[in-house]
Amino acid sequence: MSLDAATIRRIARLARLGIEETDIARLQGELGHIIGWIEQLSELDVDGLEPISGVGQAALRMRADAVTDGDKVEAVLSNAPSRAGSFYSVPKVVE
Amino acid sequence: MAGMVELTGQTLAAALSGLEQGAFSSVELTQAHLTAIEQLNPRLNAFITVTGEQALESARASDASRARGDAGPLSGVPVAIKDLFCTEGVRTTAASRILKNFVPPYESTVTAQMKRDGAVFLGKTNLDEFAMGSSNMTSAFGAVENPWKRTGDETALVPGGSSGGSASAVAARLALGATGTDTGGSIRQPAAFCGIVGIKPTYGRCSRWGTVAFASSLDQAGPMARTVEDCAILLRSMAGFDVKDSTSVDRPVPDYRAAIGRSLKGMRIGIPAEYRAPGMSQEIEALWQQGIAWLRDAGCEIVDVSLPHTRYGLATYYIVAPAECSSNLARYDGVRFGERVEADSLDMLYERSRAAGFGDEVKRRILIGTYVLSSGYYDAYYLKAQKVRGLLLRDFTEAFTRVDALLTPTAPSAAFALGEKMNDPVTMYLNDIFTVPASMAGVPGLSVPVGLDAKGLPLGLQLLGRPFDEELLFALGSALEKAAAFTHLPAVRAGVGS
Amino acid sequence: MSYLIEGNTGPWELVVGLEVHAQVVSHAKLFSGASATYGGEPNTHVSLVDAAFPGMLPVINEVCVAQAVRTGLGLKAHVNLVSTFDRKNYFYADLPAGYQISQFSHPIVGAGTIEIELTDGSRRTIGVTRLHLEQDAGKSLHDQDPSRSYIDLNRAGVALMEIVSEPDMRSPEEAGAYVRKLRTILRYLGTCDGNMEEGSLRADVNVSVRKAGEPFRTRCEIKNVNSIRFVTQAVEVEARRQIAVWESGGVVDQETRLFDPHRGETRSMRSKEDAHDYRYFPDPDLLPLVLDEAWVAALKADLPELPDAKRARFVRDYGIPDYDASVLVAEQATAAFYETVAKGRDARLAANWVIGDLFAALNRTGRTIADSPVTAGNLGEMLDLMLDGTINGRIAKDVFETMVQTGEAAGSIVERQGLRQVVDTGAIDAAIETVLDANADKLAEFRSGKDKLFVFFVGQTMKAMKGKGNPALVNERLRQRLLAD
Repeated sequence: MSLDAATIRRIARLARLGIEETDIARLQGELGHIIGWIEQLSELDVDGLEPISGVGQAALRMRADAVTDGDKVEAVLSNAPSRAGSFYSVPKVVE
Repeated sequence: MAGMVELTGQTLAAALSGLEQGAFSSVELTQAHLTAIEQLNPRLNAFITVTGEQALESARASDASRARGDAGPLSGVPVAIKDLFCTEGVRTTAASRILKNFVPPYESTVTAQMKRDGAVFLGKTNLDEFAMGSSNMTSAFGAVENPWKRTGDETALVPGGSSGGSASAVAARLALGATGTDTGGSIRQPAAFCGIVGIKPTYGRCSRWGTVAFASSLDQAGPMARTVEDCAILLRSMAGFDVKDSTSVDRPVPDYRAAIGRSLKGMRIGIPAEYRAPGMSQEIEALWQQGIAWLRDAGCEIVDVSLPHTRYGLATYYIVAPAECSSNLARYDGVRFGERVEADSLDMLYERSRAAGFGDEVKRRILIGTYVLSSGYYDAYYLKAQKVRGLLLRDFTEAFTRVDALLTPTAPSAAFALGEKMNDPVTMYLNDIFTVPASMAGVPGLSVPVGLDAKGLPLGLQLLGRPFDEELLFALGSALEKAAAFTHLPAVRAGVGS
Repeated sequence: MSYLIEGNTGPWELVVGLEVHAQVVSHAKLFSGASATYGGEPNTHVSLVDAAFPGMLPVINEVCVAQAVRTGLGLKAHVNLVSTFDRKNYFYADLPAGYQISQFSHPIVGAGTIEIELTDGSRRTIGVTRLHLEQDAGKSLHDQDPSRSYIDLNRAGVALMEIVSEPDMRSPEEAGAYVRKLRTILRYLGTCDGNMEEGSLRADVNVSVRKAGEPFRTRCEIKNVNSIRFVTQAVEVEARRQIAVWESGGVVDQETRLFDPHRGETRSMRSKEDAHDYRYFPDPDLLPLVLDEAWVAALKADLPELPDAKRARFVRDYGIPDYDASVLVAEQATAAFYETVAKGRDARLAANWVIGDLFAALNRTGRTIADSPVTAGNLGEMLDLMLDGTINGRIAKDVFETMVQTGEAAGSIVERQGLRQVVDTGAIDAAIETVLDANADKLAEFRSGKDKLFVFFVGQTMKAMKGKGNPALVNERLRQRLLAD
């Protein structure tokens, strides 16, 4: 199985992963192979089964509505590759 | 005062007794390990970051508190931390270029609890990038070498993955124990490859807070050490309820060490037929039979069971884990932390930063995960995988109505050479065939080294238990350990092979 | 009366549905302990969870859940005892994790209704499809630097309720009335402050047009409309735009548009579409949200009286017209003010004073009911003075005006200014004699049969008494005096 080049470009774009045109053929093969291998699940009839997304306990715990965090601008910004005062800074986003 | 080899060669339990009896200090013990790291790490590449100064400082503090009669359960014990646990003020990379300079302003719950109990951190161990891999070859900080060698063959072997640095460090006596994380086998498989013990606890037993996420519904921290007892000691500190992790389970942490040596009479041990992989070596089959015999000798009743959906575990895992990872890794975008490649537009900044920051395997998984969640494919892949996950869970639930634990091989082969199995991702994925189902079901799994293959490489057996029955796994694992009397040493270890 | 827009090809009907984002009133954020308060220095109301640092995990805020449930109950909606959180994946500067935690497949609240009131006095019931909880995004500032955007995450992770209506509205007015009524209900419940200027309430407006009897045509979504007036304007201009497209033989594309109030037009945000594929999936960091039935019942028992119920009660208990009741219940503070005034008094008179004189005074002075210079107690006291005859209606207007200016109590104004109504017949008779003496010519005309001049003498007498005469007594004494001859 092979994924077409348009699909590779589309998912790379969705994932914001820059890929070179020269990588596309390789990725088509690699990803197509993995997806083809995953296809073995199609042997299984799962109609009517409940999907499960985790295996933890049944219900979410809730926390109290109290302000217990924040006011740590330096911690929040200390690893930022680019900042302007107390803001993160990115190339201008055109709305 | 004992020499370096004596200090690094002992078990964690023995080191605790020695510290308690004043046979040596934590500073001496820590220095011995730092010396061993200095000698062997350039070769093994087990550590990404060594924090010698901090280690000696906490060793001194530990000696002082022990002198005051104020020693914690891990006081003075030098251990290694997988570089996936965020450590406050200490660079945490997840073995990725994108985090190569990330210094967390916070400490993960697991490592904070170990610190609370007095552990001394030697440094941060290497791993597959973002814990994605089974060989430690995807690390942006270079491959890790397995300290074991095939007899008469110097070929460098992989330590397994993703917790390969931890496994290699513990096996080579560079640390008395280490933390690992296991998403599909990342503690158990490298433990088996390196001839040490590792346990993936029940999902929810150890807090995930502050540990870099790979696949949130599967990730679970656990200890790696040279004996079952050492793992039991470490897990008691690592485990526990954490309000900051919504999937953490609120139940008391037992004294796991106390479970070791308890009677196994009448315990029912299941042998799942489906764990006979096609092409699995005769040696592994033989060792499995040996393990069965040992448990029978210990008073266990052996029961044949079936986990019929086992063969679908891997394919299911390779939908669920990449799907979650594609979302979990979206935060590495070069804006708030991590490496950035500047660009004129924000989208180009994202694309370039992520292209430069992630390695090939991580990119593959992000792309696979994006694909299986994308419009038009969700039902066919992701939803289907969630349903099959239900079947995998049911397999275990039903088996555990008949038996108390399961015994299987840990991995389908012994350690392979660096560079092998690299041309085909799927061949690499097959390494996790025996470890993935338990991850999908969230049940605990322990790997114990029980023998060597014909080439002199260690092989492990895996014990799987009911949720939160880690105690039984420690008891069974200890029985196997005792029967196997695994005393073989790796070719490369502190004092030897530098 | 149905609202139709006349096109070149005949009348068109509008179809409008609304997605309203309402910021939940809470101290802390939905999944972190950082403050949810509006404003603050940049990145101060931010935890490492909000900034999506590696290994940070969400833990849900109980009050945010309770607020969503209370809102659901207020919309007479079905509360789902089991709901789940999903991740909506997309990259954006102010979305730190690269996904928004939302509820896609299993929302906390299901179908409900909102009754809207229209200016012609009619009412319509609009269906609410669902309400779900989700995280707000941060804020990008584009005007601080010529080439950079600055990111402030203070709002990132604040709890929002997204309330989705059925496509039940058929006119701009109905769309506006829906938002107004929803805002009223939210404010009654205290679950959202409804402040559209600060963005705590904003609407995405879905508009399509069709010919009578047709199925729905393609709709467009107008994003982030931030006032009720703009909602009605946006619906109208978008409908007219679509009619023009259809009538010129074109096809309306399903797309996201922005309303520009200055130009009075909507325009495409097509650049932002960029093949969105949100890849929703259940958030593995969060378990299903399972609500205890008794907990929901307790929230229900604690709900305040809501505007519809209050209006019905006002009509029933106070005997005021339905329209007046609607006006009085539009804001909880007004309703409470009115009840304080009306209780134990002439409730219709109270309604007239609140809706008439008080509202006019507030308008004029730019005040709200909350900081009204005339307290409910003071207005009530003034009505008491009217009813017990201490002052007459004419004087009451002056007293009220003084109350507006000074905030003084009615009784003290009456005493200080000597406005007490005169019931002493001797004083009235004396005033009558003065008036008759001064108007001998008019008296002669009256006597010769010009009966209408009686009113003239009443007015003159009141004037002579500086308006303080009891009108009934003045009439009675004057009549006796003139007819006695």
